[in-house]
Amino acid sequence: MADNSHTRVVVGMSGGVDSSVCAYLLKQQGYDVVGVFMKNWDDTSDSGVCTATQDYQDVAKVASEIGIPYYSVNFEKEYWDRVFTYFLDEYKNGRTPNPDVMCNKEVKFKAFLDYALEIDADFVAMGHYAQISKDQDGTIHLLRGADDNKDQTYFLSQLSQKQLEKVMFPIGGMQKTEVRRIAAEAGLATAKKKDSTGICFIGERNFRKFLSEFLPAQPGKMVTIDGEVKGEHYGLMNYTIGQRRGLGIGGNGQSNDPWFVIGKNLDKNELLVGQGYENEHLYATSLDATKLNFIAPIDEYGTDFHCTAKFRYRQKDEGVSVHLNDDFSKVIVEFDRPVRAITPGQEVVFYNGEECIGSGTIDHAYQSDRVLQYV
Amino acid sequence: MKYIYLDNAGTTPMATEVIDKMKETMKDTFGNASATNYYGRQARMVLDNCRHVIARSINAQNDNEIIFTSGGSESDNTAIIGTAAARQNVGKHLITTCIEHEAVLKPMHFLESRGFEVTYLPVDQNGEISLSDLKQALRDDTILVSIMTGNNEVGSKMPIHEIGEIVAESNAWFHTDAVQAYGLLDIDVQADQIDLLSTSAHKLNGPKMTGFLYCRTDHNYEALIKGGDQELKRRAGTENIPAIAGFAEAVKINSSEKKAAHRKAYYAFKHQLVDGLRQNGIEVEVNGKIDEGELSHVLNLWFKGKKSDALLTNLDLKGISASAGSACTAGSLEPSHVLTAMYGEKDPRISESLRFSFGAFNTSADISAVIQALTEIIKR
Repeated sequence: MADNSHTRVVVGMSGGVDSSVCAYLLKQQGYDVVGVFMKNWDDTSDSGVCTATQDYQDVAKVASEIGIPYYSVNFEKEYWDRVFTYFLDEYKNGRTPNPDVMCNKEVKFKAFLDYALEIDADFVAMGHYAQISKDQDGTIHLLRGADDNKDQTYFLSQLSQKQLEKVMFPIGGMQKTEVRRIAAEAGLATAKKKDSTGICFIGERNFRKFLSEFLPAQPGKMVTIDGEVKGEHYGLMNYTIGQRRGLGIGGNGQSNDPWFVIGKNLDKNELLVGQGYENEHLYATSLDATKLNFIAPIDEYGTDFHCTAKFRYRQKDEGVSVHLNDDFSKVIVEFDRPVRAITPGQEVVFYNGEECIGSGTIDHAYQSDRVLQYV
Repeated sequence: MKYIYLDNAGTTPMATEVIDKMKETMKDTFGNASATNYYGRQARMVLDNCRHVIARSINAQNDNEIIFTSGGSESDNTAIIGTAAARQNVGKHLITTCIEHEAVLKPMHFLESRGFEVTYLPVDQNGEISLSDLKQALRDDTILVSIMTGNNEVGSKMPIHEIGEIVAESNAWFHTDAVQAYGLLDIDVQADQIDLLSTSAHKLNGPKMTGFLYCRTDHNYEALIKGGDQELKRRAGTENIPAIAGFAEAVKINSSEKKAAHRKAYYAFKHQLVDGLRQNGIEVEVNGKIDEGELSHVLNLWFKGKKSDALLTNLDLKGISASAGSACTAGSLEPSHVLTAMYGEKDPRISESLRFSFGAFNTSADISAVIQALTEIIKR
């Protein structure tokens, strides 16, 4: 085995099983491993309990079991300024942002990366389900994680070559079941810890209540596309395109089909609702997006090409035709078949086979030439 | 890797004499000092002897003024909450400073939530209060003034003698948290007119979870720990005789001459560290001041443009233990309330400073190694 003892790898440890196993595997391979916990959000309650405490305690336990030093670093300010502010701004504009994409771009692979380099890291390792391949000339390609169900490239699609240059994803080639098995065999304290769900800073809390602490809710009318009032909404920011739950409209329509959010009218503060999962207003044929990022140069593709795309995390890929403008500042994406509930603010992420090419942020959805009233 | 320990204001390693004394006491004196049997009397004898050694160390009038506790935090909590409980009929106003240890500030916050009023005296950029502020803050209903002898983060020393004089003329009692100062300075509770004084054994090469509260004979506070009649009903719980014996041993070997020698050595370390860093082109400023009147074991330095957390981690990875304020329960650094009180919350010093604190086992070679390590880290 190669002597890795002079290669320092700083592992981002969240207190979850994935990053625990990352640290464990690297230590097994003989690297000089340093565990670092990121504290990005201050949610200390009145009783002084902070949810990061439990996670940090788990980091401490696992790091001691593995035999590596561990530290904690505070990025609350960076997270607030670069992620949360953006998150609120997007909601104010009636969109549905993806803070995890921004967190990776601005905190985990920027502020944390800088910190790791400052403590002399040769590499930074993360517990993401994603893989990296390097060309002979050093060009980096981001590949899907081997576990289809866990692949996290969607969240990494806004990263640059420089951000990925020193990154390792030690469990990217594994299945989640394998990761759990390794953790259990090694006796790591987090082996059976439940996976975290939801947006990190909201956790298991009520989303509407959380948001209302930061943005004043402006209730308004729920109307059909024909202008018929069907009820009251709690503020447009609390709804996303294609949502069914929480509308509180009983049948009383043209059919017994359930009601769905089919659009938003920000000017009139109206929520557009329609009946049926397959409501025609929920199906788009194309979208446009900006804030484009391509992980590796895409010269070989040209400005017009066919590939696959995801419009939300964990959706199945759809075939798409991509049309870039000349300076790569905007893209029009035509779908091979209509796609349901395209949501402005989310990322459209492009794939060529196993490779994640890059992404853009969705601005508008179209049905043929007609823009769908989604924001 | 060679490890260097420069966090002696946090805790200190135990002295060999202390360890030997504790081992011996653990073997020979296991009795319950309150018991009226042979073993109890043996334990009681050790306890009385230790109490005497410690009473003498601060020139207490009599040995019963020393109450053994679990350490600095318990002593502070007892002095503050116990005094408030005992004297609330006299008044409900207390005075302290912005730069006290949490073990003083949190009990103060607790009392505020129970209807007491607390005045927090500000400090200047040297971490010192003004005596005229204190005079102005004192009222007829002030029952306690709690001002630390020396600060744990920046080493500033308070004018204890003058404070004692001022408070003696009021209705208030004077408590001082001497946890940092006790191992380094000769304290005279009578000359300084101190009513209550807190200490901790592990700051002077003694065991952890051990300390004492001095309480002047004519004062009585409400005990926090209620139960048995130990410590003349002022602190229930069977005394930890081996730990107390270790504490007394640590006090005994820490003679006036030794304290003076330590002060001199640590003061030289401060200059060696700052001068050495500057000679290597490191931009560094002292938070507070270097002066023989300050606590000589604490040095707080501002490394311009360098984040404390990364510096601290880098030093630790090179085997050097220092500190930077306190960590939250999730391990990340909290902005120091002491530096904030001295410089304002916007000052870059708050996130760019480290504390080095010296102890009996440090040498000038340790300081040279730290200078070299910091230079490597900062110039990398």
